Amino acid sequence: MVNIKINGVDYSVPDGSTILEAARIAGIKIPTLCYLKDINAIGACRICVVEVKGARTLVAACVYPVNEGIEIFTNTPKVIESRKTTLELIVSNHKKECLSCRRSGNCELQALCKEYGIDENKFAGANPEVEIDDSAAHMIRDNSKCILCRRCVAACGVTQGIGVIGANERGFATQIASPFDMTLAETACVSCGQCIIACPTGALTEKDDTDKLLEAIADPTKTVVVQPAPAVRASLGEAFGYPIGTNVEGKMYAALRRLGFDKVFDTNFSADLTIMEEAHEFLDRVQNGGVLPMITSCSPGWVRYCENYFPEFIPNLSTCKSPQQMFGAVVKTYYAEKIGKKPEDVISVSVMPCTAKKFEKIRKDQSAAGVFDVDITITTRELARLIEKAGIMFCDLPDEKPDSPLGTYTGAGAIFGATGGVMEAALRTAVWKLSGENNDAPIDFKEVRGVEGIKEATYTVGDKTVKVAVASGLANAKALLKKVKAGEANYDFIEIMACPGGCVNGGGQIIQPASVRNFTDIRAERAKVIYSIDANCALRRSHENPDIQTLYKEYFGEPNSHKAHEVLHTSYKAAELYR
Amino acid sequence: MAFKKSAVPFAGTPEQEKKLRAVIEEHKSDPGALMPILQKAQDIYGYLPIEVQTMIADAMEIPLEKVYGVVTFYAQFSINPKGKYKISVCLGTACYVKGSGDIYNKLQEKLGIGGGEITSDGKFSLDACRCIGACGLAPVLTVNEDVYGRLTVDDVDKILEKYN
Repeated sequence: MVNIKINGVDYSVPDGSTILEAARIAGIKIPTLCYLKDINAIGACRICVVEVKGARTLVAACVYPVNEGIEIFTNTPKVIESRKTTLELIVSNHKKECLSCRRSGNCELQALCKEYGIDENKFAGANPEVEIDDSAAHMIRDNSKCILCRRCVAACGVTQGIGVIGANERGFATQIASPFDMTLAETACVSCGQCIIACPTGALTEKDDTDKLLEAIADPTKTVVVQPAPAVRASLGEAFGYPIGTNVEGKMYAALRRLGFDKVFDTNFSADLTIMEEAHEFLDRVQNGGVLPMITSCSPGWVRYCENYFPEFIPNLSTCKSPQQMFGAVVKTYYAEKIGKKPEDVISVSVMPCTAKKFEKIRKDQSAAGVFDVDITITTRELARLIEKAGIMFCDLPDEKPDSPLGTYTGAGAIFGATGGVMEAALRTAVWKLSGENNDAPIDFKEVRGVEGIKEATYTVGDKTVKVAVASGLANAKALLKKVKAGEANYDFIEIMACPGGCVNGGGQIIQPASVRNFTDIRAERAKVIYSIDANCALRRSHENPDIQTLYKEYFGEPNSHKAHEVLHTSYKAAELYR
Repeated sequence: MAFKKSAVPFAGTPEQEKKLRAVIEEHKSDPGALMPILQKAQDIYGYLPIEVQTMIADAMEIPLEKVYGVVTFYAQFSINPKGKYKISVCLGTACYVKGSGDIYNKLQEKLGIGGGEITSDGKFSLDACRCIGACGLAPVLTVNEDVYGRLTVDDVDKILEKYN
């Protein structure tokens, strides 16, 4: 510990703290724009400047370590004036369309400008025309709102180990873009959306499909059904003032019903279905000498990464479609037949914590009934906007239940939204099966839970040993796969999710500002929601789901049957793109 | 967004590639290896097109964007080759106040290229430069070794004609 003084008051703070962290301990929030914990400590934006006694100039609190006896002043006129001028310079070159901007009300730049009472027209900036990049299926980049903080660059390059965006040119010409100014669609971008949730302003946004959705709901000839993903209920409440880590599942169903969906189902159901197929695929590979390690295929960002960066692992990918696509496929085949409608007249809508799902739904081999399995995919953020636009008073809604038959789920389906969840769900059924369908077989596989980037575990069932690994965040996935490739590690089964912490921290979730992200592990808080839902479920193994049992009885026969393969499985292809 | 690929097709030889690979191998494990590798790559090829930058990125196991970001940051690197006739317009203070900016713009318009670029037939490349020490003749431009001074916008056509 070191003894320091902030604004004349004594504190004792841990060695190695930055001024930013020390001030937080003292209850003072120093503003930041470019700083993102662990990935972007570059001291570039100068918003976090403070005075240090004896220092020649103001210093950047985000990168300045405290030392014994340091005296810090965080709110002198000099500090305030400097921050204000910096903000005025930033907004001089910022497209000020705050009334219509997607991020209005949730923009870090806007919030600071208000706090500091800046004059937004103090300086006339050059404001050059920029071209908007809307080439990708999932997002739009508008550099006229970019403040060059480089948080997106760090999310892409450091967190995900991809780096298809960076700062090009220099000085006033500097732009965040891809090499040779190619569009995002021409790069090996995997659509994970981590850049969007890192952006402090409205420069990066998801493509909005809410209008398309409202049109579908208003069409009386269509039956519109919806599936919210496991992780959506763990974040949606944040948009309506609930603390991070609040389970709003019941209100989410109620809101979807009030938006006018004909049926409110749940992706948790098709997560159970995924386990039926995936666990049996795994057992089949183990027993019949198939390609191991088998790697999960639920995360479309990861699947795209595998195709772009590690095509040699394509045979290892499970052929199972993701829960979103399995759900859509079942809606367009089994469910459409059941209600006597043509597949194109049943509109299948998904609400996802994910931007890559917008890309996944238009992939090849994702059309079981000859039409896309999923018609419209919206993110958690788009759902929140839709609820607001429709005037639905979310906080006052009652807790409701999903509809049958595609809304029933077990605890195994519920945990798909967190890193390790797919692995644990698969192990629950696989271990039950391997131990002779023993209902006393273990249910909790706690070794694969938690937010660490790479987790490993070994389980012994009878005379069989199963070695598993779990990675989340693509930089971690890369490290793990390199070890496997080099023969330094050996596993039977690997789960990979593109986003760090899994879908709960997906690129489509409610955006939390850096001032929250830097001091709260939102991945862990949201994961708690999912694990508490699981703990409260009476049924916690996917094969125990009664509606899944009916689905197999009435339609698919057995897991991995010919029909199941036609409807529920897919294929992959290596991609040649600029990396 | 326009893909900024060079207007002139890449014509690298196996010998050049062999030299580049040797350079990368030599520097690969040095800290800050990218700068010396890029400088030597530009010596080998004369410029740094996407083909060369991709070779460097793949061999160093870094994203192409990391290479491109450095290349576009430093004025010493060019992603386009120089033309048969290399036109440099002085935008130094004396030439600029005497109207070299207008001459530079006129050349861009006549040649259909921006600064730092090359015409698709490989004939002309255009760059801005800072003071070449001929302020008495301002505004000044050079075509290879030829110097043209006391110019007006109307002189541009005549100069280009000489090289056609």
